[in-house]
Amino acid sequence: MDELILKLKKEVIEQLNLEDITPDDINPDSPLFGEGLGLDSIDALELIVLLEKNYGIKIEDPKDGKKIFYSIRSMAEYIMEHKK
Amino acid sequence: MELFITSYSHLAGNQVIVNDRLIFYQENILTFADFIRAAYKHSQTSYPKFYKMDAIGKLGFLAAELAIRERSLTGYPAERIGVVFANGSSSLDTDIAHYDTIRDRKAYFPSPGIFVYTLPNIVVGEVCIRHGFKGENVFLIAESFDGKLLCDYINELFDSGRIDGCLCGWTEVLGDKWNGLVTVVEKESHGVTPEAGNWHIPFNEKNINKIMNHN
Repeated sequence: MDELILKLKKEVIEQLNLEDITPDDINPDSPLFGEGLGLDSIDALELIVLLEKNYGIKIEDPKDGKKIFYSIRSMAEYIMEHKK
Repeated sequence: MELFITSYSHLAGNQVIVNDRLIFYQENILTFADFIRAAYKHSQTSYPKFYKMDAIGKLGFLAAELAIRERSLTGYPAERIGVVFANGSSSLDTDIAHYDTIRDRKAYFPSPGIFVYTLPNIVVGEVCIRHGFKGENVFLIAESFDGKLLCDYINELFDSGRIDGCLCGWTEVLGDKWNGLVTVVEKESHGVTPEAGNWHIPFNEKNINKIMNHN
C-alpha cells in the first residue's frame, strides 16, 4: 500500500502540474479538495482521467467521486479494490 | 484623445524587457516551457495556478504581471479597466496539445486541464481574474503583429468613454516560437496612484511597433 501511495502522489503531482510540491508535502490522509492542495473542479476531472489512463479503472457513477478522491489513501484503496 | 503607454513588458527570445530595461536573460534556453518557467521563477511571483495554464496563458499572465508591477492600475474602478489582446495563431498551440491526447483511439484520454484552454481568449480571463479587471475585453486574431489594429481598437474604447485604463497585448506561442508583449495604456501619463512610476511614451502605432521590433 505504501508503495502505491507514493506512486500515486507522484502521478497526481505530475498530472495536476503541482509545481513546487513534493510527495513528502502530501499527507495521504488529508483531504485533496477544499484545503491542502487547493484542487478545483478541473483537477477532479483530471483525477478521473488518471485512474482510467494509469490503472484502467473507469468510474461509472460520478457520485462515487467524492468518496474515492477524498484523499490519496482513499484513492489507493479504491485502486487496490478495482484494479484490473 | 491622447493616450500613453505607461509601462510595458516584452518576453521574446530568451529575454524579458520591462520599460526598456533588460530584467531577465538566460542562455541555452531552447523551449518555451523552459523559458517561461525560468522567467516566472525569476519574477518571484507566487500564483500556483500559473503552472496549470497553457502556453499562451502563461505568456500573457507573466507579461501582464510584470507590466502592472511597474504601473499599478488599482486607482481605476475595476469596471473601467479593459484588456485587449491579440495573436496570430489563436489557440493552435493548445489545440495541438489537445489533439495529441485524443488522436489515438486506443489511448483516448482527453485532458480536461488542456481542453479548457482551447480558446485564445482564456488568457484574457486569467489576467482579469488575477487583477480583478471587469471592463471591456476582447481577443483579436491577426495574421501578424498589427500595431494599428490594436491602437485603433483601444482608442475607440477610450473615445467611447467606456474605459480609463487598458492592457494592450500580443501573446503569440506556437511550439517553441514565442513573442509576448503587454503594455499598460492610460489617459494620464503620470498614473493615478502614488506608487505609479513615471516612465511613459505616447500610445500610437509607431511606438508600439518600435517596442515590438526593437527588443
